[in-house]
Order: sequence, then structure tokens, then C-alpha cells
Amino acid sequence: MKTLFRTVMLLSAFFIGGQTFASGGGVHLEPAHNDLSNQGSLQNGMKLFVNYCLSCHSAEYMRFNRAGKDLGISDEQLKQNLMFTADKVGETMKVAMTKDDAKKWFGIAIPDLSVVARSRGVDWLYTYMTSFYRDDKRTWGVNNLVFKDVGMPHVMADMEGGVKDAVYKTEIGEDGKPHQVIDKLVSNCGALPKADCEKKAQEYNRNVRDLVNYLEYMGEPAKLVRYSLGVKVILFLLFFTFIAYFLKKEYWRDVH
Amino acid sequence: MINKMLTDLRDWVDVRFPMTETWNYHLAQYYAPKNFNAWYYFGSLALLVFVLQIVTGIFLTMNYKPDAGMAFASVEYIMRDVDWGWLIRYLHSTGASFFFITVYLHMFRGLMYGSYKKPRELLWVIGMFIYLALMAEAFMGYLLPWGQMSFWGAQVIISLFGAIPWIGDALTLWVRGDYVIADATLNRFFAFHVILVPFILAALVFVHLVALHHVGSNNPDGVEIKKNKDPVTHKPVDGIPFHPYYTVKDIVGIGVFLIIFAAVVFFLPEFGGWFLEKDNFIPADPMKTPEHIVPLWYFTPFYAILRAIPDKLLGVIAMGGAIVMLFILPWLDRSPVKSIRYKGPLFKTALVIFVISFIALGYLGTQPPTPVLTAFAQLFSFLYFAFFILMPWYSSIDECKPEPTRVNFSH
Repeated sequence: MKTLFRTVMLLSAFFIGGQTFASGGGVHLEPAHNDLSNQGSLQNGMKLFVNYCLSCHSAEYMRFNRAGKDLGISDEQLKQNLMFTADKVGETMKVAMTKDDAKKWFGIAIPDLSVVARSRGVDWLYTYMTSFYRDDKRTWGVNNLVFKDVGMPHVMADMEGGVKDAVYKTEIGEDGKPHQVIDKLVSNCGALPKADCEKKAQEYNRNVRDLVNYLEYMGEPAKLVRYSLGVKVILFLLFFTFIAYFLKKEYWRDVH
Repeated sequence: MINKMLTDLRDWVDVRFPMTETWNYHLAQYYAPKNFNAWYYFGSLALLVFVLQIVTGIFLTMNYKPDAGMAFASVEYIMRDVDWGWLIRYLHSTGASFFFITVYLHMFRGLMYGSYKKPRELLWVIGMFIYLALMAEAFMGYLLPWGQMSFWGAQVIISLFGAIPWIGDALTLWVRGDYVIADATLNRFFAFHVILVPFILAALVFVHLVALHHVGSNNPDGVEIKKNKDPVTHKPVDGIPFHPYYTVKDIVGIGVFLIIFAAVVFFLPEFGGWFLEKDNFIPADPMKTPEHIVPLWYFTPFYAILRAIPDKLLGVIAMGGAIVMLFILPWLDRSPVKSIRYKGPLFKTALVIFVISFIALGYLGTQPPTPVLTAFAQLFSFLYFAFFILMPWYSSIDECKPEPTRVNFSH
């Protein structure tokens, strides 16, 4: 079955290649390498989502208890640890902030994140969350590699040990003049020793991977069952077609 | 005992309704050529997808809300809270693309084996009306999820009516029912998508089959099997009853088709953005135009022709003309033979160029227009039209091989 799946994937790769670049905006995207079958990662991702994102971003189509059921979190645990904005476990993930307040504070209506993994893609989200850098010209003191001049502050900066610094280099642009462009981002943990800082950066990337994993799950909760059901359906259809083929052969024996 | 009761019941019905007669005429005694190859699966497969779309569509309407404020959320509700809703929705969205895949392959089959030629001109024209209705059905259905591409795709296509002189603007306003795509548009598109167009489609498919069973099926050799009947039984010697021979054969085809279909539904429902576009997971926002508006893949060849012409009105005329060409095809082909097997090198070359042009246009229609790509789109549009317009000439001077009197058939 895996071979069949892989063949279909390969056959499709040609077509799919054409459209996946769409939302990158030309910037290289880091692969997220998240794994939907890792429940621990999904649980950690949900915890991070609820703690860091859900104060401003809603996920209006996601119910707390649906996530609980799919990720192995009991109603009691949900209520005690994860539900800051809702009373009943059957409620969806809404935020208290009104659209007008959001416009006033951040300049835009804050997008709902229910299906953000489906419009942006997991690689974009992973790269976005790991490419904030210091930019004193911006309101929140940060800018982003894949989302230029984003209105969102780097809410998880403390987990990273501090906002990254951009290292610039000079490049000759299409107009023939030299331009300052970002070469790479480097960690900046202030007074922390370099080894600890690197460890923190790795831990942060792992956490972002879990968060993105959760976002992918939230974009389509059915994904957790879709693949395994698909294997069963295709196995049945193979059996069905096998029988049908011999039935046809039997009937067609008298056609000359 | 039970047997006798059933026979009596059948006879009772037959006196009042031509049940057995209809069954025999269309299935048990409908003689189809015995040499059908794999290309002949796509007619019955298209019918299967049509039924699938109707059935899944009925279940979707039970939870979908045709309201600009609720449509997007109701689709997500179906994807999450409705039992098996995600499967029904994916069957429907994947079914839309597979409807076009089967219909395009079915049309290509007709093109290859000359199934549009006398006496099947009307059969082909009815088929073209089905294709038109299918395009309308798909276009209106795509507005319903109310995502960014639903909204802006519809905005672009409806604005094409504005290119018509004098009445353009008034017509556009009338079609939309508002100054932009809005709730009124969504409601009427929903009505057309679930009632009017499926009804027209069903009627056309019925008429298509009536016409087919009147003239009889063509085959890969393009030989008329009715010309060669057994002197005793009066049945075509190269024909076999559709039922059971082709019913059991089509079941095999359906099995293979469903394996591929299920692979997409369960493993690749978005098909990398070709069946479900990424931007359509962002709710429709009239204030924010997406960077790059792309129609779904089955419209892109015609979209590329539209964009290849610098003038909007002429572009719309060219796009319409591209469809008109297909309608008049039966009267353009002057070849003495039907099938590609016996046609000469000119027609074969022309067909290859046409297929390349159609696929290339389909690709170009998905890309943002650049001067180079537009030049290519113009070249392929020219070749598309040349295939049809030059056909009376090249098909009449082509060196065809003689058609056989009997079909080629071996196990």
C-alpha cells in the first residue's frame, strides 16, 4: 500500500510542483518536518497555541473537546489547564478581543487561525515563527523574513532566549546599485553562554514544530483518520476490482 | 411460486409501461461493437461521477448555508462537526475535478475515433451542450465555499460580461444582483447549482443516451456494425448485447477508476492546490484582492486564450469561439474515414499539435502573465484554432488507409 501511495504521490509531484511555491513570496522556506502521528507533539502544540496565540487569534471552528478527544486530553484537564476563554468544553476557541480593539492596537483585524495551515502551509508557518528579527523601526521592535513588516509582536521571544539579530550583507541589485540585504539571522540570548543559547534555540525550534503540528491538525482534524481509512478503502477496492476482472473474463469467454 | 408472482407482476407492468421493452432496447438487446478499448470506459465513468455529485451534493446541502455571512463557516462545520462531513465534502470537491477529467478523456476519445462524424453529429452536439452545462455547474459551485478564490474568480469571470458593448454593465449588474459579488449572487448561484443546472444536465444526459442508442456506438475502427448483420438473426455480427457484456466490463473500469479516485480523496484531496486552492481557505474579503487569481484547472485553457488577446471584448469572443469550434467540428472533418487508425499523417500530426496546445494553454492559464508567457499563449491559441479552421483542407487531402469491413477484435 505504501508503494501505491508513493507512486500516486510521485505521479502527482509534477502537477503539484507548479503551485506549492505560491505563498512563499520568494523567501526560502524551512521544511517543518512535523508529524501528525506524534500525539505528544500535538499536545504540546495545543498547549503553546492556547497560551501564546489564543489571547489575540481565535480558532472559531475548533471545539475544545474535539481537540481533547483527538489528542487524548480529558475534559477535566482541558478545563483546568487549557480553557482560559471558555466555560464549556463544547465551545469553540474564541477570543475576548473585539475586531475594533484589534484594529486600534495592531492596525489590522487579527486573522482566525482555524485553517491557517491550509492557506499558508506548514513550512511557511514554521519559517515564519522562526524568522523574527530585531528591527527598531517597527512598532513592536521586530520584523519577519517571510512576512515583511508584520503587525504581530514576537510573542514567543522569551522562549527563544531573545529576539534574533539580522546579519546584513551588501548585494548589487537589478538596478546596478549596492543594497543592504539580510544574509542570515543569528540567536541573541543576551548574557547567556553560547552553548546554552544554542540549546535554547534548538528547543525553541522543537516547540515551534509542535505548534505547527497542532495548527496542521486544527486545519483539518479529519486528517488523523483520513489516511488509515484510505488504506482500508483502497484495499477493498483492489479486492473488488480483482473479482470484477475475473467475472468479466468469465462472461467474455463466448465472445469471438 | 415466487417466480410466478414476479413474472405476473412483470407482465402486469409491461401492459401498462414498456419496462421490458426499454430494458431490452437500451441494455439487453442494445448491440455494441465488441472491440471497445479502454477509452470507452469514460462515458459510463462520467455518468458514475454525475450520480456521485448528485448524491454527495444532496448531503452537503443539508448543512451548507448559502449566506455570505455563514457560508465559509458552514463548510468548516461540515468538515469538523458533521459525521463523515469531511468525506462527503472531499468526494464532492474531488468529484468536480474528476468529472472534467472523465469528460475531457471522453471527448478526446470522440476526437480520435471520429465519433462526431455522420450519423453522430447530433450526438456530439448534445455532448457539447453537456460540457457547457458542466462548466456552468462547476463555475457556480466554486462560489459556494465563499473563499477568496471563490469570490475573486467569480468577480473576474462575471466582469467578462461587461465587455459586451452597450448592455455590458447593465448585464453584469443583473447577473450579480449587486454591484459586487455579494449575498444575492451567492444565493442565486446556489439555486442554479443545486436545482437548475443539475436538472438540465440530467435531461441532456438522457437525450445524449437516446441519441446514442438510436445511431449505435462508434468503435476504435470507425466501422458501422449495423451495415453487417447476420442474415438469420438480423443482429450485427460484430455487436454484442450491452448487458451483460459491457455491464460486467464497465464494473472493472469502475473499480480501477475508484482506486485512483479514492487515492486522491483520502491522500491528496487538495491535489497540491489544483483541486482545492490554498487561497480558498481564506474567507472571501471584498476589500482584499489576492495577488494572483487563478480559475480551477479545467477552465485554464480557455482562460489562457482570453488573456492572450490584448483587447477584452476580442478576448471574450476568442474564448467563446474556442468552444464554438468544438460544436461545429462534425462539419469540419472531410475525411472519408472515421478512426485515427485509418486517417493519414496530416490529421494525426494536427491532432498531436492540438493536444499539446490544449495542455500548454491549460498550464499557461495558471501562470501570472509575463510578455514571454503571453507570446506562448498567443502561439498555442493560434494552433488551437488552426486545428479546426484548417481541418476542411487538411482532412480532405490527407492520405487515408482503407477502412476494414469488420472490426479488429482479439482476446
